[in-house]
Amino acid sequence: MGVCIPLLLSGLIKIQKLKFKKFKFKNIMSAQHFDNPEITFQPDHSGGTGKIWKIFWVLSILTIVELALGYFLYLQTGKISNAVGLSTKIAIALLTLAKAYYIVSVFMHLGDEIRNFIMTIIVPLVLFVWFIIAFLADGNSWKNLRNTNAGSTPNKIEQVQKAGEATHH
Amino acid sequence: MGSTTIPAGTKWWNGGKSPFNVSYGKVMMWYFLMSDAFTFGAFLISYGTIRFSVNNWADPNHVFNSFPFAGHANLPLAFVSLMTFILIFSSVTMVLAVHEGHHMNKKGVEKYMIMTIIGGAAFLGCQAWEWTHLLTGEHVAMLGDGTLSVLPTTVKMNPWGADLSHTEMMAALQKTSHEQLVAIASTLHHGAEAAGHHTASTLTNQQLIEQISASGLHATHTGPIAFGGYFFGITGFHGFHVFSGVIINIVMYLKTKLGHFEQRGHYEMIEKAGLYWHFVDLVWVFVFLCFYLV
Repeated sequence: MGVCIPLLLSGLIKIQKLKFKKFKFKNIMSAQHFDNPEITFQPDHSGGTGKIWKIFWVLSILTIVELALGYFLYLQTGKISNAVGLSTKIAIALLTLAKAYYIVSVFMHLGDEIRNFIMTIIVPLVLFVWFIIAFLADGNSWKNLRNTNAGSTPNKIEQVQKAGEATHH
Repeated sequence: MGSTTIPAGTKWWNGGKSPFNVSYGKVMMWYFLMSDAFTFGAFLISYGTIRFSVNNWADPNHVFNSFPFAGHANLPLAFVSLMTFILIFSSVTMVLAVHEGHHMNKKGVEKYMIMTIIGGAAFLGCQAWEWTHLLTGEHVAMLGDGTLSVLPTTVKMNPWGADLSHTEMMAALQKTSHEQLVAIASTLHHGAEAAGHHTASTLTNQQLIEQISASGLHATHTGPIAFGGYFFGITGFHGFHVFSGVIINIVMYLKTKLGHFEQRGHYEMIEKAGLYWHFVDLVWVFVFLCFYLV
């Protein structure tokens, strides 16, 4: 009995302390609070909306540059060499990748996560490097086979290209 | 915004804490989106493979050159730019909703969720218009049998091949049936189609051919059939994501309104819905690239 009373008392004091803590949280913290064992370090969200609007303008400007290059391709159809056309298209694709980076990093807050987590998302996506190169090369190879009668008449490739250029205004 | 301040030398893999410092739900949303990225990636790469394998793919500047209420004005890239900006802006309002959630501002979350929902609905409306315009379009193309026909763009028909030369077109007109000649002549009289059709049907084939060839009509070969399937398949799959995203956002708005997240003490569900919504915008960036820009 003699031990029980101090234990009870200390328990009551603990409960009081907890209540006090909760009360303090509600007063001090206007930001959200997670009771989540998976999150060891609470993210700091005290910043303003300046960065969001900055990224909005970055995305808008990148889109406008893409559109300008798209119009360049349209207006110069048939007037520019294949190399210039292809480089313009690659430039547009790179601008698209930049947009994707900003959306994922800032809008989806992946840039604010810890490195361990970022890597589990980014590393698997490297598969796309092989995926794109292999399959576009495959498509291109099919076109060459189509235009050369599956390689049995290799001289035809020039004739088909010329016919293609003539009908393509 | 702002990053987490983590003490240097933190041992993430010693147990006792998640090595990702992210809640289970958010980790799983990221992994779902990663798998979805591979689904979309595979669709777009398959489209690229087929496009690379043929000689005359449809020129997007010819296919997508219309704008609502602009009649037959040639406005390549204009409408799809509008759709792109709608989606970018709804992405901004979504991230602002997440931001308000971080600061436990219920009214702010409600306001920006409503704006995001409106943006999503506007995008879907644009897509509905674009699809209708293509599916009911009237383009004169030469079929495999050498006759001309008025064709829409569907998963089975692609009128966007290479242009016909004048000689090819004259030869094709001679072979074309009276009904099709009347239909082609009717497309020349936009705005008064019923009247145009009536006068056209009374003309002889020779008169119709003269009228059509004098009009400077641009007829084309048919293009690779795969075009419609890929276009409607991929933009449709993306549109379905937008649609489900709008539904998710409506549910999140209602739960915010009912105070569920305020009781919970955090707005993490808004963050997870936000991840999905930004992903929809992210996919559109690539659809925009692959179907419209290049």
